[in-house]
Amino acid sequence: MDIHRQVKYEEELDKTFLEEIKVLSGAEDLDRCIQCGTCSSSCPMSIYMDSPPRKIIAQVKNGFKEEALRSFTIWLCSSCYTCQVRCPAKIEITEVMYALKRKAIEEKVYPQKFPIPVLDKEMTNLIKNYGRNSELWLILRLYLKSRNPIGLLKMAPLGLKLMKTGRMSLKREAIKERKQLKDLLKFLKEAT
Amino acid sequence: MRDYVYYPGCSLKGNSKHYEESILPVFKELGFPLEELEDWNCCGATAYFSIDDLMATAICGRNLSLAEKRQRNIMAPCAGCYLTLKKANKVLRENSEKARKINQALEKAGCPYHGGIEVKHPLEVLIEDIGLDLIKDKVRYKLKGLKVACYYGCQLVRPFTDFDDPDYPTSLDQLMETIGAQPVPYSAKTRCCGGSLTGTIEEVGKRLNFILLKEAKRRGADVIVTLCPLCQFNLEIFQDKMAKDYGEDVTMPILYFSQLMGLAFGLAKEDLGFNRSIIDLKPLWPKLTNGGIV
Repeated sequence: MDIHRQVKYEEELDKTFLEEIKVLSGAEDLDRCIQCGTCSSSCPMSIYMDSPPRKIIAQVKNGFKEEALRSFTIWLCSSCYTCQVRCPAKIEITEVMYALKRKAIEEKVYPQKFPIPVLDKEMTNLIKNYGRNSELWLILRLYLKSRNPIGLLKMAPLGLKLMKTGRMSLKREAIKERKQLKDLLKFLKEAT
Repeated sequence: MRDYVYYPGCSLKGNSKHYEESILPVFKELGFPLEELEDWNCCGATAYFSIDDLMATAICGRNLSLAEKRQRNIMAPCAGCYLTLKKANKVLRENSEKARKINQALEKAGCPYHGGIEVKHPLEVLIEDIGLDLIKDKVRYKLKGLKVACYYGCQLVRPFTDFDDPDYPTSLDQLMETIGAQPVPYSAKTRCCGGSLTGTIEEVGKRLNFILLKEAKRRGADVIVTLCPLCQFNLEIFQDKMAKDYGEDVTMPILYFSQLMGLAFGLAKEDLGFNRSIIDLKPLWPKLTNGGIV
């Protein structure tokens, strides 16, 4: 077994990253983290993460930009806010995770076929275009865009059950004032 | 009680029709018929905030504006919608650059928001505005002997609300006691179900829900009572696979609190969406109907 030394020297760290994430997340107290680990021990997803939340916060705080943005962790966060309400330093950890997701997308360092960001994107697109989410359409687009036709087939028995109980609609939902919604998003884009 | 408009969100019009089918008659029975917010748009949930938080807040602002025009507060039965709208409401009321930008865009698009709306979950309305006494008066059949695990999930109790405890809330337990059911101690009551992870990384989603079901079973619950459509869905859909994959049968019906309330109020069970359960309810029926008339 090879052991690789993974060290980053001062000059390799991104010293602006902390401030940037503070602004993006609104978590102004981010650098007050005392590394107590309450977040990691509270997180129900911790065991599936490559870096538990405490490590992510340490990475952000110390300028390990690549490590934080390329982590699996940020996509696994399901926004349950347990870490956030328990944090003794009152850091908005969930908002930090959101900010990291947005930053990773902006810098195109996110796993593009990985189902979680695909779902986020597809749902956002449905809402942008129609004002409403349509569950079946979302699921179809999710499996299509994450290139997982076998996954879709495996869902067939569940789909059947939902159909039988009248819980699956084939209709594409939309609001009446689609123009208003589009205007709203357009005006906001112009202002930023 | 200031009037509320009902904000269904995508789930109550989709896979959780039985939530809508039970919550509307229950509120009507209590003397507060609910009207749907006209032309509401989706809240964007966790998805939109992962992509663009300015836009995500703005589309919520449109819903708040629609309600404000009618001078009504919003009642959102989905915990995801509830949190998202509440979060946007908080941001839009702040004195910040972000709020100014979004509010200006809302005004320009013809849906200005002035910060005058509150967002509430039906459980909050039932406990704080309607009160357990009035609910008790409406009970015709106590659900005696029914052991319930009250599952709150994550987004109702965290982090933008103070109506109940974020770790160990009790309001749903009190409500269930009021209609005669017996809540069991349920330590997993605010442990996350994984949200959309059941659809994206099934292995993780399945395991999280297995833990929730196993704990309810261990505590002797007959049923898990939920208040969020995503929780209800997640707890239900993998039960058959779990027996196979984890070698332990954790089969258990997952019902909405509003379905049980409707039953206790003496409303016809055919009208409360019980037929939409994926889990077989036959073994549960004797327990649901063995209570005597109050």
